Amino acid sequence: MSATTAPRSSIPGRAKDQSASAALGRRRARTDGIIRALCTIATVLGLLFLVSILATLLVKGASGISLNVFTDVTRPPGSHGGLLNPIIGSLIQVALATLLGTPIGLLVGTYLAEYAGNGRFGQVVRFVSDVLLSAPSILIGLFVYQLLVLPFGGFSGWAGVVALAIIVIPVVVRTTEDMLRLIPNTLREAVIGLGAPKWKMVVLVCWRAAISGIITGVLLAVARVAGETAPLLFTSLGNLNWSVNLSQPMSSLPITIYSYAGSPYEDWITLAWTGALIITLGVLGLNILARAVLRARR
Amino acid sequence: MNQNTETAAAMNAAAGTAQTATASGPAPGSFGGMAARSSAAMNTARISIRDLNFFYGTNKALKGIQLDFPERQVTGMIGPSGCGKSTLLRVLNRMYSLYPGQRAEGRVMLDGENIVDPDMDLNALRAKIGMVFQKPTPFPMTIHENIAFGIRLHEKLSRAETEERVEWALTRAALWGEVKDRLHSSAMGLSGGQQQRLCIARTIAVRPEVILFDEPTSALDPISTLKIEELIDELKQDFTIAIVTHNMQQAARCADQVAFFYLGELVEVAPAAQLFTAPREKRTQEYITGRFG
Repeated sequence: MSATTAPRSSIPGRAKDQSASAALGRRRARTDGIIRALCTIATVLGLLFLVSILATLLVKGASGISLNVFTDVTRPPGSHGGLLNPIIGSLIQVALATLLGTPIGLLVGTYLAEYAGNGRFGQVVRFVSDVLLSAPSILIGLFVYQLLVLPFGGFSGWAGVVALAIIVIPVVVRTTEDMLRLIPNTLREAVIGLGAPKWKMVVLVCWRAAISGIITGVLLAVARVAGETAPLLFTSLGNLNWSVNLSQPMSSLPITIYSYAGSPYEDWITLAWTGALIITLGVLGLNILARAVLRARR
Repeated sequence: MNQNTETAAAMNAAAGTAQTATASGPAPGSFGGMAARSSAAMNTARISIRDLNFFYGTNKALKGIQLDFPERQVTGMIGPSGCGKSTLLRVLNRMYSLYPGQRAEGRVMLDGENIVDPDMDLNALRAKIGMVFQKPTPFPMTIHENIAFGIRLHEKLSRAETEERVEWALTRAALWGEVKDRLHSSAMGLSGGQQQRLCIARTIAVRPEVILFDEPTSALDPISTLKIEELIDELKQDFTIAIVTHNMQQAARCADQVAFFYLGELVEVAPAAQLFTAPREKRTQEYITGRFG
């Protein structure tokens, strides 16, 4: 420090600058301290909620876990029922919704990234998709209720599948477009430069280059719909009996949690916690898988 | 325009008798495809550019270009950034057609067809004119699939024939020895220089007539650069080559004739030795001595 200050002080007016800059330094340190404290408090507060939610879930949910939960269907209060039909119902509806929503989302995302350019239509589609991405999911439930439940005379697993698929689509659209846009244009030009038609460029090279990102997007979409309750309330409704018939109301974990948790029966409430734990662990697993896929391909 | 006519005339005069035939217009015999390739004299023009203008929207990036690419020779293109040399390469394989708002007018003759004709079959054109880019662009596939990809676009070959062609292309690109034991591992695992030679192998596997190199070594280390330059020297036995480079030593080492571009104009084209030792134009002189650019 002294080495740098010695020649500086020989410049006229430098001494005054020095005291001013010391004051400025103190003020900056103070501001820095305040911002740092605010950020730390907010982080701790946020973490506190998160940890307490997870801890409660773990404590209350784990106490109800037994083999019976996975092998027995839902039964009336007090008769040691399980969650087999909600688990299977959720798996069926989420799987079919993913199968239905992914190809549509993939193709729309590809259209936006590879074909739409900066055209007006592409911008509109992108905007609508983003709105759909953040639309309240109960709205989607009501929409499918109008579209499939009322005209076909009743709640059904299919209606639930469609509602969940509508939620899957914008998630996959967004990630597909983002991932395709990360591909450098020189790669596209290299494919075109070999004399390949554009569809081969998209299908054989671009999709392949973006595949890990696209898979991640699909996994995140699955994680998102696995926990959705609102769109199923108006569509597949829930079913306390064993049923894998998609034309009938179908059970699902979120709906079962919703109805069990609000019941006055001790064993149902415990099962609700257990169901919530199962979903949370499933979603956690999917997120870890998504990260692993993304990392493995990098 | 006056400037360009002068340039073309100067080009004729300076290029000597051998070049006169080239510069005075495409000889009828040069458009016979493969037959012409095998029998043609050294300096038959493979591609002849006449009165070429190019536009990015309303911005005129190439102005009245006249240039011949002699059969089985290396034409180097030099000039400061934004002078239009890369743009010219992108005209030759119609890469600009990917982007709306870019258009070319004039004549760019290859095998009796005008490349910039809107009715041109682009995929067939790009099979004839391959391109190697500044950054290596391996496809996210195995080494073998990278080469086979291009072949399958244009030819239906049996498995054995494909294997043979892949080996031939990798050998010609001086890469076979390094990758023959890992043909089925990902091309992304190769080093930068190897990836660039893979891209060259992928290009020649399609058996083009012309290969365009767009600053092929600017992303590579000196040793890899040397290998690519040796390769280009070797490839000119079979292919007509155009190379854009920022490196004047590279142009001097690789090219048979060198074209100097400035502000969208072709200022001067001459045999490499002549352009670098006794340029006719003042602007060429200033550029190669480092006074601007």
